[in-house]
Amino acid sequence: MMKDDDCRPRDRALGGRAWVFGDNIDTDTLAPGLYMKRPVEEIAEHCLEAVDPRFAKEVRAGDVVVGGENFGIGSSREQAVAALKHLGVAAIVAKSFAGLFFRNCLNLGLAALTMRDTARIRPGDRVTVDPQTGRVDDLTTGARYAAEPIPPHLAEMIRDGGLLAHLEKKLKAGRA
Amino acid sequence: MGATLAQKIIARAAGRREARVGDIVTCRVDLAMMHDSGGPRRIAPMLQRLGAEVWDPSRVVVVSDHYAPAVDPDSAAILDLTRKWVKNAGVARFHDMQGICHVILPERGYLRPGMFAVGGDSHSPTAGAFACFMFGVGATEMAGVLVTGEIWIKVPETHLVRWRGRLHRGLSAKDMMLALCREMGLGAVGYNVVQYAGEAVRALAMSERMVLANMAAELGAQTALIEPDEVTLAALAEAGVEAPDALDWRGDVDATYANMWEFDAGALAPQVAAPHSPANARSVGEYAGVAIDQAYIGACTGAKLSDLHMAREVLERRKVASSTRLLVAPASTRITAEAAADGTLTALTAAGAILLPTGCGACAGLGAGLLAAKEVCISSTARNFRGRMGAATAEVYLASPYTVAASAIAGRITDPREMLG
Ligand code: SF4
Repeated sequence: MMKDDDCRPRDRALGGRAWVFGDNIDTDTLAPGLYMKRPVEEIAEHCLEAVDPRFAKEVRAGDVVVGGENFGIGSSREQAVAALKHLGVAAIVAKSFAGLFFRNCLNLGLAALTMRDTARIRPGDRVTVDPQTGRVDDLTTGARYAAEPIPPHLAEMIRDGGLLAHLEKKLKAGRA
Repeated sequence: MGATLAQKIIARAAGRREARVGDIVTCRVDLAMMHDSGGPRRIAPMLQRLGAEVWDPSRVVVVSDHYAPAVDPDSAAILDLTRKWVKNAGVARFHDMQGICHVILPERGYLRPGMFAVGGDSHSPTAGAFACFMFGVGATEMAGVLVTGEIWIKVPETHLVRWRGRLHRGLSAKDMMLALCREMGLGAVGYNVVQYAGEAVRALAMSERMVLANMAAELGAQTALIEPDEVTLAALAEAGVEAPDALDWRGDVDATYANMWEFDAGALAPQVAAPHSPANARSVGEYAGVAIDQAYIGACTGAKLSDLHMAREVLERRKVASSTRLLVAPASTRITAEAAADGTLTALTAAGAILLPTGCGACAGLGAGLLAAKEVCISSTARNFRGRMGAATAEVYLASPYTVAASAIAGRITDPREMLG
């Protein structure tokens, strides 16, 4: 029973409580311009405060951000991703992502998965996400979802911990 | 089967005969642009960690615009760090407080049709007005480009957006673009290419075509493209760019497009986008009468020489209402000089406009001209997301320079056609 993979989320799955947001969450909301000069720790304190002032204060390591359409629209600022990572967000699951933000997530090693039926996940549900298979479990409701897995050519980079760590590994191998 | 312009540029940069939609290919980067905010201050520690140097400093352009000029010790330190890094890295094409990056690139002759380029800024698609495939990347990805000279890309589809007819007096590319944000929606084209075509686009000057390309970012596109024509050739020649093959950079007649969109420029009224999204665009009449605390003409989107000329047409022999303030931040020092030489600055300031330094300024909430809580602003910039230009409760309406100027005169949102006769 215990080895039946379908009955429980896998060990490598990330998870925590769900924070649910609507469509078009933009990078100015994630990393407000007012604080962009400051270090990421400080930007993170204001992450999403325009739509949910509780978020930055109460989010815990492992929590999952659930978004609607076009999550991360706006600027190229990586601090939008870095702030979420700093706060401990383990993964973002959204109906769709802005392309630039999506690239930034993967480059920084934050799992971003696209999934159509995010609307059924409720705020505070306990959720686990497996980036490699795209499996998403809502442990509170017992529902299971299939998100698009991370594209294979990027999986290695994510496994390495993002683009920098990946390049570091490659450069080292090249020099060796 | 024929290829789109995007496919041709990508195939060339990837060293392939063809680039099929959906293929993941690695491209050589012809030009990498970064600014003071996402540039050296963020990528320097990454390059250090990798123990790597810039692959080819001659292909790099650095522009200090976001924190320029410095307003406090933090921004001064960022500018200082940028100067030192550029010197160390041997980047000669460095523009310190001389203008906004997307305006500097064509102004200084760095763009050539057919180029494959990346920029550390989301409005990098602006270069698509010159048929360059240029898209925005974050700092980490930029560090990757600086080390390897390469980047991966999933070959995008192209959405063809055709504008027929002609714009009426008092209308501009900004009105076309705000209408597109409403009609197409943010994100409807996916992370693909928007290619603008049609009679109304051909009739636009390069500075206006840049507005269409620039705000493709708001549509969520990876980038935008416009096929070169005589107008492009003239602008390239003026910037001293030799591009004998410029006109060859166009899609095949049998290229496949993801979708064709058709719009009529002749049917367009001035557009105003209400807070807090460019997609909230409506005809100006819908918001006419909304009282404004501030009018702002600035940014890469809305403070080029042609934008200042639009404002001048409205402002000449009039005065900004005492209940409001009009701030003007020209998009480059060269534009400021040109506007001084042709009398535009005199006309604007005589009307009561307050001249701000060149740079991103209030557009990104970094420089002069920020908004207090609950203040209302009408702006020629590209974005009106909550909190972008100051307080989170401030309200920003987006419009063309004509409409911003007319609203400054009246102290409330106004149809500029009433003042243009
Ligand atoms: S002017 Fe505004 S939109 Fe343009 S590059 Fe600067 S911050 Fe971005």
